[in-house]
Amino acid sequence: MNPTLGQPVDRVDGKLKVTGGAKYAAEFPVKNLAYGVSIVSTITKGRIKNIDMRAAEKMPGVIGIMTYQNAMQLHFPSGGGKFAENDLLPLQSDRVLYGGQHVAIAVAETFEQAEHAANLVKIEYEKQPEAINLEKNIGTAYKPASGLGGQETQVKRGDFDAGFNSAPVKTDETYTTPVYHHNAMEPHATIAEWDGDKLTVYDSTQSVMGVKSLLTSILGVPPEKVQVYALYIGGGFGSKGFTWANTLLAPMAAKQFNRPVKLVLARQQMFSTAGRRTQTVQKISLGAGQDGKLSAIKHASTIETSFVDEFVEPVGVATSMIYSCPNVDVSHEIVRLNRGTPCPTRAPGEAPGTYGLEAAMDELAYKLKMDPIQLRLVNYAETDEHKKKPFSEKSLKECYERGAEAIGWTNRKAEPGTLKENGYLVGYGMATATYPANRSASSAKATLFADGHAEIECGTQDIGTGTYTVMTQVAADAFALPVDMVKVKLGDSSYPRGAQSGGSQVSASVGPPIRAAALGAISKLINLAITDKASPLYDRKEVEIITENGTVRLKNDSTKFETYIQVLNRKGIDKLEARAKTNVSTRQTGEPTPAMPGSPEAKVEEESQTNAAVQEDEKTNRKDYAFHSFGAQFAKVLVDPELGTVKIEKLAAVMDIGKVMNLKTATNQIMGGMIFGIGMALMENTQYDPNNGRVVTRDLAQYLVPVHADIPELEVQFIDKPDPYISPIGARGIGEIGITGITAAIANAIYNATGKRVRDLPITPDKLIA
Amino acid sequence: MEPFKFLKAQNNEAAIAAARSHGAKYIAGGTNLVDLMKLNIETPEHVIDINKLPLDKIEELPNGGVRIGALVKNSNLAYHPAIVKKYRVLSEALLAGASPQLRNMASVGGNLMQRTRCPYFYNTDFDCNKRNPGSGCAAIQGFNRSNAVLGTSDKCIATHPSDMCVALAALDATIRVQGPGGMRTIPFADFHLLPGQTPHLEHALRVDELITYVDIPAMPYASRSYYLKVRDRQSYEFALASAAVILNIVNGRIQNAHIALGGVATKPWRSGLAEKVLTGAVPSEQNYRTAAEAAMSQAKGYKDNAFKIELAKRTLVRALTITGGMS
Repeated sequence: MNPTLGQPVDRVDGKLKVTGGAKYAAEFPVKNLAYGVSIVSTITKGRIKNIDMRAAEKMPGVIGIMTYQNAMQLHFPSGGGKFAENDLLPLQSDRVLYGGQHVAIAVAETFEQAEHAANLVKIEYEKQPEAINLEKNIGTAYKPASGLGGQETQVKRGDFDAGFNSAPVKTDETYTTPVYHHNAMEPHATIAEWDGDKLTVYDSTQSVMGVKSLLTSILGVPPEKVQVYALYIGGGFGSKGFTWANTLLAPMAAKQFNRPVKLVLARQQMFSTAGRRTQTVQKISLGAGQDGKLSAIKHASTIETSFVDEFVEPVGVATSMIYSCPNVDVSHEIVRLNRGTPCPTRAPGEAPGTYGLEAAMDELAYKLKMDPIQLRLVNYAETDEHKKKPFSEKSLKECYERGAEAIGWTNRKAEPGTLKENGYLVGYGMATATYPANRSASSAKATLFADGHAEIECGTQDIGTGTYTVMTQVAADAFALPVDMVKVKLGDSSYPRGAQSGGSQVSASVGPPIRAAALGAISKLINLAITDKASPLYDRKEVEIITENGTVRLKNDSTKFETYIQVLNRKGIDKLEARAKTNVSTRQTGEPTPAMPGSPEAKVEEESQTNAAVQEDEKTNRKDYAFHSFGAQFAKVLVDPELGTVKIEKLAAVMDIGKVMNLKTATNQIMGGMIFGIGMALMENTQYDPNNGRVVTRDLAQYLVPVHADIPELEVQFIDKPDPYISPIGARGIGEIGITGITAAIANAIYNATGKRVRDLPITPDKLIA
Repeated sequence: MEPFKFLKAQNNEAAIAAARSHGAKYIAGGTNLVDLMKLNIETPEHVIDINKLPLDKIEELPNGGVRIGALVKNSNLAYHPAIVKKYRVLSEALLAGASPQLRNMASVGGNLMQRTRCPYFYNTDFDCNKRNPGSGCAAIQGFNRSNAVLGTSDKCIATHPSDMCVALAALDATIRVQGPGGMRTIPFADFHLLPGQTPHLEHALRVDELITYVDIPAMPYASRSYYLKVRDRQSYEFALASAAVILNIVNGRIQNAHIALGGVATKPWRSGLAEKVLTGAVPSEQNYRTAAEAAMSQAKGYKDNAFKIELAKRTLVRALTITGGMS
């Protein structure tokens, strides 16, 4: 039987999703459910002076209004998970730190009654002077100690000034990107139900384990009393990686009113209190020789964050390693504003950062009169010069080559504004894509049943990316079973701890323990057979036995075999279980921490000591390598010279992401990233009112995302070369890299078409006719 | 959403009688009203469903014109053979609006009555003279990229959002309405009101009147017509600028020019100034540009939308060029 990994297997949950059978957080049938509706602040900063809920409380069906005056007291988060607003636990005081902040929850028998009650609650505020504008508050900027996940935000290598001042060719420009919102289809939603002191929560989250930890620490409920489900998630894009107030407010209200409570954010509320991408101002200076060789790179980012947490998007993170250059200066400074906090957004750091850097590289190429691809090749980084380590695997040159072919790069004119087709200006652009290959400690349980089917349990989740499908393939191959004989179960906090769905780490992190657990179960099965006199494999060694399509057989004699079912039935065993944990991290800082002695996870670790696949996997010293994915993005655009409208004719991406686990879901992931890039390049931007700082564009009519008509032919190719060091599977994550570089490729194509360099995203018609 | 009473009207007279109740609104496709109700921008006490009324036909009149029932769906109107053949600009304008799903629900009468998409009108946390008379206009000093540059006042700069209405303005349409006292007609140009000092008053319809039909006069030369819409994405988005153009070119001269603009004005904007330039003129790039300058001569730009003045001129020039070039 051929391995299914790498095959374009259809989504195993596809039918459930298109027939409405897949249950999302707000859809679980919970008895006696009450409905919560959030009331959010209508001022940007200040205090709540008075809350008049008399009219609301009198309405039929109203169960109660939860406010800071009557809500339960919360504890500061500790342990696992990341609460998005550490400095503003919900409903704990009268403080308002941004417009659209939760200030009360109306709970009623029906959603309509709760909505109506929410409208009738009258809140008086005392306004205080607010900080709402990045440029105007630049005086308060400071250098953060580190960025998201402890990433370095100040990197210096060599002597930038020396390298820049002596360079014969230079660019020195500022690139700006606005605030973006994730806009997952499914809003943030939570159902909470208490059964005595036991709490069950259905949540739309990218981390069931993170939610469980936070409910434990913030609500003060013991971990064994908390159960979190997130079986299907309608997209997150980073907005559900951190845990937001709704996940706390539902159990708080459920406790207070002694009823299960459902709380779903309105789309408008998601623009204030469910995360966003930070606004960036990127000053980028490049110095190069006449041969194009970079002598100096400076990437100085000014960004903003909120007063409710210190989220720092590491905008320049890729700049320290993407090209070979002796003198590099990457810095970040941050300004606090009265806005809801930013949080990770698909490719946090790299998405805006590769726009700025790759637009600057394009400008340098024109100054040098050099082909933009050639400029990248001249500065090709053979090693990670920041970490001073070899890459685990890198085939970027082939990406450039194949991408150029796919887009028809030879048709590009070096002189901007000179290529015309049917009255349109035609332009070609390209950029480099990159994202780190993250892998973290994860565990899984595998069970082989006497009826011949197998199951996997893993406390990760599928946020719509295809995790159910690719992990079914991983398990099917390890079990030597067809995919329809394997069921993968995710999104349940009672399962062994899996990775959070963020940082493109799920496939690389949970694939290996799922494989190892399945192989562990198979090993137990083989040992049953070879110790059983009734088996044709009796008295053989384990290494002599192979598995094939639900059978165990002698490697050298295909006539000596029996089915899994036969082995188990003869022994009267209904199932075989195995657990595995791979304690592996590709992050350069910190050691994986062992589980608490006596905990369920500690038992998994103990069992993993004798799991051959785990032991083999953990042997590789990941600290010897820099793990990164790379790719090349290409764009062909048509620009109307008088009206300034841009039509993208084609985008092509060639990605080097290690082994491709499933060509369909992988292509889907990259396409999704590219479409995000179209949004960033041409239309997406969140506007805050210049006078009071509240979000103006807070629905999908005012905040534009690409529609079908905006999306051209997208060609996606993969190098598909397994990474020999990341894991025995050889796959690196793929969730974010598709959005990196693409925005710059489109912007660079627009310049090639028009000769106009717009350095302020999005590139809308008004900027092109200006 | 506020609670409301729901009534299904069985005939025009019943609908009109019901409309006299305090705070009554008709509902047809509901593609705009329901959104506004969800956001508490519209809080009708009575919602009168008029979908049963016999107003869903498109009728070709003996005089060569067309009578369109108020309940005709936007899609059906856009694809009706008589509209496609005789009034190409109307079909194009309809298809440039919204999405197929919305056009399948939205009625002609509802399209006439649809309200601005000014973000400040849509957000009840902000001041808006249209929504809350006398409270002020947050858009004038706010983020006003989508707002109007023609027909504005110091009380309101909200853009009229419709595409269909721009074409109907160019086509000299007439709105037929029925009230307790019978029928009357309203010329299209008089139907929508400029904001002036009373931006909450948007149309000439009385509380108890029902739009029954839209009449389009016979206009044999209207097959030489075009609707051009410029927007921030390829589909499903309101216009930054749009132009509906009809040219009657006889012996190399423009005998009649009908020009209306969308996306830039507080009501569907028929431009007599541009038409005057072109009437009797030869169709030429230079004359088109002069007409476009005239069309926008009274425009006033704000902080974020001043670009619309030049964009509208270019949009009009392009629409005229395409229309003039038709055989």
